[in-house]
Amino acid sequence: SLSPGDTSVLAGLYGPAEAKVSKELPDRAALEVLLRPKVGLPGVLERSREQLLRQTCEAVILGVLHPRTAISLVLQVLSDAGSLLSCCLNAACMALLDAGLPLATLFCGVTCALQPDGTILLDPTAQQEQEARAILTFAIASSERKVLMASTKGSCSVEEMQQCLVAAQRAATTIFQFYRDSVRRRYSKC
Amino acid sequence: RTVEPLEYYRRFLKENCRPDGRELGEFRTTTVNIGKCLWNNNNGGGSITTADGSALVKLGNTTVICGVKAELAAPAVDSANKGYIVPNVELPSLCAERFRSGPPGEEAQAASQFIADVIENSQMIVKEDLCIATGKLAWVLYCDIICLDYDGNLLDASVFALLAALKNVQLPLVTINEETGLSEVNVKQKNPLIIRKHPVATSFAIFDDTLLIVDPTAEEEDLATGTVTIVTDEEGRLCSVHKPGGSPLTGAKLQDCVTRAITRHKEVKKLIDKVIKSITPK
Repeated sequence: SLSPGDTSVLAGLYGPAEAKVSKELPDRAALEVLLRPKVGLPGVLERSREQLLRQTCEAVILGVLHPRTAISLVLQVLSDAGSLLSCCLNAACMALLDAGLPLATLFCGVTCALQPDGTILLDPTAQQEQEARAILTFAIASSERKVLMASTKGSCSVEEMQQCLVAAQRAATTIFQFYRDSVRRRYSKC
Repeated sequence: RTVEPLEYYRRFLKENCRPDGRELGEFRTTTVNIGKCLWNNNNGGGSITTADGSALVKLGNTTVICGVKAELAAPAVDSANKGYIVPNVELPSLCAERFRSGPPGEEAQAASQFIADVIENSQMIVKEDLCIATGKLAWVLYCDIICLDYDGNLLDASVFALLAALKNVQLPLVTINEETGLSEVNVKQKNPLIIRKHPVATSFAIFDDTLLIVDPTAEEEDLATGTVTIVTDEEGRLCSVHKPGGSPLTGAKLQDCVTRAITRHKEVKKLIDKVIKSITPK
């Protein structure tokens, strides 16, 4: 469970488990992501977010080590106060870490909001997202800070996108440090 | 080619070309067909149903058709001066064997959401323009995008088809009769839709974490380790950067994609302008 500010997402990971014959892949693990919104039934927006999360996780999980199995990732949105997609990404990565699945690299989600006057704001609240000209969400990998996933809302110029990317890559370092501390805390007790 | 598809492709990619003879940065031949009223039905009972715009786009073998139907509805309470645009992407089972009939799969839903985002982000149709009378009447544009033949690069073709169809739309003038409060549709007088921006999508497939190829076919998409779609408008602004997972890319590579996308935009814009000019009656 991850809560930056007031946005809260609960992630549950199940697997690698036995896959149904119709869903199993012969050479790698089949990943399924389910995103449940706080209210209402999952709609088209959730489906597209699930696709983003699924392909990001597939790039990172070493699925070839577990062929013909199924890995299920279920995300439940507990509260939404802005930066939801990056919160889901972070929750997904921590769930993968906690489950001990073999990963090629860690990833973290960072949201940047471009305000009307041109300043870049990281991790915007819902209010700031409303006022922003554009919102860019990146999933940054821990090895060499490469871009795993990018999703934008609103239009921006190319230079602004590059600036946001650089800012996101810098912020990624802080988030990875947070991952380290959380995992250390978890395993130092026992 | 069937037994070891990846190795087969790698051999071509080493020579910087692809099995169908294209360069890595070359697009397939694009054809656009803008037609008026491909389907037209009329139901009485108060509402007017008119099929106003349609377009057929072929990107190599990928065939996508878009039909725009305009209907009247009451605007939502919290946005009384805004109309609606409802895009819907369908991937029927006739377009490729991997799509089953039944409720829309994840790919179709994700594509619908992508198209909705592009319309919203690029502000190509401002919802306020669709309003006829604040709080009472507004246009609803149902944009149905149906893929007839899937050979990769669905998003590019869909965005192009949508743009072409919307340019073709003519909305009849609607006035509200003050006394009766009913709407009167003047079919004789038609105005074209106000399209402010022209977004164009460019898709790339990533191979082996390093190589980027433009306009992937279905075969290339299956072998690729990731995809990137960039939507630009005429001012060189980015309307959408859509990279759903897949291999990691450096910022520099992403920049290359953006530059290529901007060039592509100019080519597509020229094509659309040529087609529109050829069908406009004098």
